[in-house]
Amino acid sequence: MTTTPYGHRVYAMAAEYPSAAALYEAAKRVRDTGFRRWDVFSPFPIHGMDEAMGLGKSWLSGWVLFGGVSGFLTAALIEFGPSWFLYPLDVHGKPWNFFTVPAFFPIMFELTVLLAAFAAFFAWQGMNGLPRWNHPMFNWQRFSRVTNDGFFLAIEARDPRFTENSVRQLLEETGGQHITIVHED
Amino acid sequence: MDGAAAPQQTVQEAERQIRRIPLVLNRRNFNWLTERISGVVEQPAPRWWWVAFTVTASVASFGLFCIGYLISTGVGTWGNQVPVGWAWDITNFVFWIGIGHAGTLISAILFLLRQKWRTSINRSAEAMTLFAVICAAIFPGIHVGRFWMAWYLAPVPNNWAIWQNFRSPLMWDVFAVSTYFTVSVLFWYTGLVPDLATLRDRATTKIRKFLFGFFALGWRGSNRNWRHYEMAYLLLAGLSTPLVLSVHSVVSFDFATSILPTWHTTIFPPYFVAGAIFGGFAMVLTLLIPARAIFKLYDVITPQHIDKMAKIILLTGSFVGYAYTMEFFVAWYSGNAYERFAFWNRIFGPYWWYWWFGMLFCNVLSPQLFWFRWCRYNILVVFFVCMCVNAGMWFERFIIIAGGLVRDFLPSSWRVFHPTWVDIWTYIGTLGIFTSLFLLFIRFLPMIAMSEVKTAIPEADPHHELPPQSVSPDGKERA
Repeated sequence: MTTTPYGHRVYAMAAEYPSAAALYEAAKRVRDTGFRRWDVFSPFPIHGMDEAMGLGKSWLSGWVLFGGVSGFLTAALIEFGPSWFLYPLDVHGKPWNFFTVPAFFPIMFELTVLLAAFAAFFAWQGMNGLPRWNHPMFNWQRFSRVTNDGFFLAIEARDPRFTENSVRQLLEETGGQHITIVHED
Repeated sequence: MDGAAAPQQTVQEAERQIRRIPLVLNRRNFNWLTERISGVVEQPAPRWWWVAFTVTASVASFGLFCIGYLISTGVGTWGNQVPVGWAWDITNFVFWIGIGHAGTLISAILFLLRQKWRTSINRSAEAMTLFAVICAAIFPGIHVGRFWMAWYLAPVPNNWAIWQNFRSPLMWDVFAVSTYFTVSVLFWYTGLVPDLATLRDRATTKIRKFLFGFFALGWRGSNRNWRHYEMAYLLLAGLSTPLVLSVHSVVSFDFATSILPTWHTTIFPPYFVAGAIFGGFAMVLTLLIPARAIFKLYDVITPQHIDKMAKIILLTGSFVGYAYTMEFFVAWYSGNAYERFAFWNRIFGPYWWYWWFGMLFCNVLSPQLFWFRWCRYNILVVFFVCMCVNAGMWFERFIIIAGGLVRDFLPSSWRVFHPTWVDIWTYIGTLGIFTSLFLLFIRFLPMIAMSEVKTAIPEADPHHELPPQSVSPDGKERA
């Protein structure tokens, strides 16, 4: 565990960059140096940053597929269950078995969309570890600009390649400004 | 590619010609956007806001009183009578639900089509969608009479052995509208989170910091978070696109699956969807034209945005005109006497002027002005056409619904519908609810999606020249 001379636990070493383009170039350098536990922060998603950080496609879509299939099956169950098995009645002069399916399509569609949307909504929070009350990055005062016009890069202390000198050198070489140690608490 | 370098002059000339008009004017930077848009929320409410809100909230309260009166007394307080069993109630329902469609079109369909100009208007358009759907949802709830039995629409197990008829278009409607509202809320809130984080980071008072911090979910702009967030946003857009097309299709099924002349037509789903987007864009412009003037947002909501929205109104208005024409053609071509009579009745019957003014002039003719560039760039003309469309779309729904019922198969039961004051004030009350909610929205939440507009600024592109410069070293603005 890395600590400062004053006994604070170190979360990361971070730097601010003057633009999205500078942050993008820096991210490519950090990726190629081989760091694993690091992140960049920006007020908006930067196009191509996932590749620059060496991140693949987000598999959030898997959760959405799961949600959609659940919604479809729920609708099929509440529609066909009573109609076909529990109470086979003649309603609207339509068949009670499988052949009544056209009249059941709209609700199957709506529930598919509804549960898929819920899955997307909860998955983007769950996969991001949100909601959370606090984060070590918020301990850095300059970091409040991240939601305005600040571009930041942080390399975490728990990365096996982390040493204070090498990280500081890398951040300096890539044009990072206001390089600082971010405390854990 | 013959290898010879083109002269510098030619290249510059070509670049000048293909250059796009920027979406954010005057080379505004990220900080300017944050300040200008957050500033609306952070400064004390201006006096006009209190005046406007007092008026709209009073109207809304009276509308709620009318609803209370209707529920406590009965549907006889409305003018609905045999044969006109659906009148202003369902007209208002279809009117409001249609308005919502523009918001989803802007937020979802234009997103999938990579139309970056949507970023300036999507937040307020989505808010408008939610408020319009709230107004819409009131009417089917209260028109059933026994309001307290509305929960029968929900498929909950109960000991009275009631199970919903899932083959009924009215049941499809319940699912379509409630899904639409829920998904719109999720989509809207997802888009809001980064902007709530902006407000949290700028908050000066403890209560603001707590509330914005609570709803911002601890968002910190991390790219590892943006990665999942963007995928979720893309998928929500992908889900909302068929959803929005389905909602008004399902609304049109309420009519199309009946066997009434003028209702029983296969053209209804696309006709209703086009009409919904048409009317919704008119309402978006009705709200944004004053908002952009009041908050001096001319650099964010530019003439280019208004021009593009006007073009969509022209396009969808022409769809609607085509659908109207096709209805008449099919009525004639079908050879069905009842169908022909119903359409003859539409133009020359008791509601003749609704058709000539509302459908023909407001919906079909007035948007045709937008063929001319001058009209699309003239705010007054745009606003006039939007007001025409707002009115025209209400008339259209009334003609379709009440006009189809007023002269039914048995001439002895023909009867013209007369609205009562409760009918009229319930409708005006929903206008008050809608505008009150919108005023609260612009007061307490960022009305423009800051994090999205920022991506439309050239400096947001990581391949923008290094270092970013908005002025050249000698201090002059770069061309």
